[in-house]
Amino acid sequence: MSDARNSILAKLRATRDAHPLTPPASDFTPIEAKVWPEEERLPRIRRLMEAVHTEFLDATEADWPAVLRGFLAREGVGSLLYAPATEAGKRLVEGWEKGPLPAPTLIPYDRPLEDLKPRLFNAIDAGLTTTRGAIAETGSLILWPTAEEPRSLSLIPHIHVALLRADMLHDTFLQAVRAQGWAQAMPTNVLLVSGPSKTADIEQTLAYGVHGPKRLIVLVIHP
Amino acid sequence: MDGNAPDFAAASRAALADPELRGNFRRAMDGLMSKRAAQFADTGEWTGVRALAAAVRLRALSKLPELLEKLEETCTRNGITVHWAATTDDANAIALDILHKANAKLVVKGKSMVTEEMHLNAVLEQDGIEVLESDLGEYIVQMDGTMPSHIIMPAIHLNTRQIAHLFKRKLKDAESREDAAYLTDLARRVLRAKFEAADVGMSGVNAAVAETGTLCLIENEGNGRMCTTVPPVHIAFMGLEKVVERLEDVPPVISLLPRSATGQPITTYVNMISGPRKDGEKDGPREVHLVILDNGRSGIYADPELRDTLRCIRCGACMNHCPVYTKVGGHAYEAPYPGPIGKILVPQIEGLAKRGAMPHACTMCNACVEICPVKIPIVEIMGRLRVEAVRPGGAVKDGGAKASRTESMVWSGWAAMNASPTAYRLATAAMSKLGNAAPSSLPVLKEWTNVRTKPRFAGRTLHDLARAKGIPDV
Ligand code: SF4
Repeated sequence: MSDARNSILAKLRATRDAHPLTPPASDFTPIEAKVWPEEERLPRIRRLMEAVHTEFLDATEADWPAVLRGFLAREGVGSLLYAPATEAGKRLVEGWEKGPLPAPTLIPYDRPLEDLKPRLFNAIDAGLTTTRGAIAETGSLILWPTAEEPRSLSLIPHIHVALLRADMLHDTFLQAVRAQGWAQAMPTNVLLVSGPSKTADIEQTLAYGVHGPKRLIVLVIHP
Repeated sequence: MDGNAPDFAAASRAALADPELRGNFRRAMDGLMSKRAAQFADTGEWTGVRALAAAVRLRALSKLPELLEKLEETCTRNGITVHWAATTDDANAIALDILHKANAKLVVKGKSMVTEEMHLNAVLEQDGIEVLESDLGEYIVQMDGTMPSHIIMPAIHLNTRQIAHLFKRKLKDAESREDAAYLTDLARRVLRAKFEAADVGMSGVNAAVAETGTLCLIENEGNGRMCTTVPPVHIAFMGLEKVVERLEDVPPVISLLPRSATGQPITTYVNMISGPRKDGEKDGPREVHLVILDNGRSGIYADPELRDTLRCIRCGACMNHCPVYTKVGGHAYEAPYPGPIGKILVPQIEGLAKRGAMPHACTMCNACVEICPVKIPIVEIMGRLRVEAVRPGGAVKDGGAKASRTESMVWSGWAAMNASPTAYRLATAAMSKLGNAAPSSLPVLKEWTNVRTKPRFAGRTLHDLARAKGIPDV
């Protein structure tokens, strides 16, 4: 199909050169102007995300595994998939102490998707991921999947638990892209996630959990 | 009208006679309009971000050939295979070729307007490949054997009762329950099994970033993520105008698209894909293909005035606000893109012989122009297409196809009458004396008076009245 390529590009180039287009300057100030004081960012994110059925838990660096364990045990969650090679994965295992209720079984995501698929689709209740912060403007988590922390962790299990560090908040999507230097090193997949899966395709009625996670739990780690 | 051309007038008459359909659209559009308005309550913010998004799209168009080359280069570097298709037939052939090589039997699709344009599902089915739409709205429409009636909300023409009946008819084990949560959960169960088993996933592209070779996809349901993550092969389809220059150009577009479309601050998922699974990664497709489709777009680009059509970010806000679309619904257009954007895009892609009626389905009220987040002068382009439809020699395919002798005679008569003061006086005097006597069933008047009261001519002309007031005539 390189013929198609060359003729399309030649036509575009010739017609553009015959009638050049001078675009107005791209003035990013209206987005750059969106800033929130530090203490307002987390409440804003929380409010926006709770409005679309996201649940929040608060913890500290020391106790987050125990907080998560307690919550999932109370909710009757049977299994939690996690990324064993990440720092968070190691902390999870270390901190997974005993409690009064039976804790979910920890299942390491340690092999290719193909080998895990049937269990992942049919038998695992929850998945745990880290985040690369969150965005105040829209109430969105930044997910940055890696070889250690695969993307289906936040997609296939019915419950997605995301760890959010309270000191990693950005004002806008643009500001996060700039501050974290995304353009220099985009991974295979980056995601903004702003709630559990939802649809309004049936007569505008919001229904949650149509294809992705039915519940999104944000576990905020306060410094 | 040629034999194969869709008949908008007949289809809209049928739509207008269906109170349930009209009710479904009325409710939906009222909701979407007020939700959008709430998102843009801060007019200063709206004005600024809108100007930025328009500038971003114009800058991309000003460098379109270079950016497409750059996109090809960065995508290829990232491991994405890039294909170019001049026509929808070429794009379908590319898709089939990839599917045959992958030995694919089951395809799951995320929502993609370009594949609607290609009639891809029919092509795949003819080849014996099962293809399943996985966006809930698209899934409903596919099950119903019809077309989407809106580019954002494909099944907006149906209400819960109708969808419940459809599910009951088509899905075994479906209970008869008019309950959106139950129906959604039922679809989840059916589709999850398909995501798990699919050989290939397909998607559209909301924006492709030349700088980084990144495909951006926005959605609420997670089906787009499923289609682009779980199957071993992912094929993305995009019209060649979807490219943007830099990653920083994505936030302004993403800021306006969901707010304009459904009044949400952002969609649940913004999915940015920059390549297939890398060594050591545990999931993601092993192959990612990008099909860049022209299908008439380079022709639209060639004309400096029509080029603005290609700025569109497919938010659908123009249809939600269009007084014609909101009355007749999307199916009346019988086109992949309905509403205002469809009325300017489809005739340019498919030609004026087949689609010359579409630009006439417009009241020129300008509502679409006022809400378009990238400031496309839709109504101006519409006017241009109306002219080209009756005047051969223009830029658009099949220009002059709608030329009518009666119409051109009427207009030359009109021009002659206005060019001569005597003829003008005689004609207006005659109209004020005899106009009211002309029966509304006259052939030329009938089209108008069928649905409207015939206007009454005043007994005296404006010139008479002015003279009577002592204003000197010229
Ligand atoms: S023409 Fe404007 S309002 Fe209509 S879909 Fe395109 S971007 Fe949205």
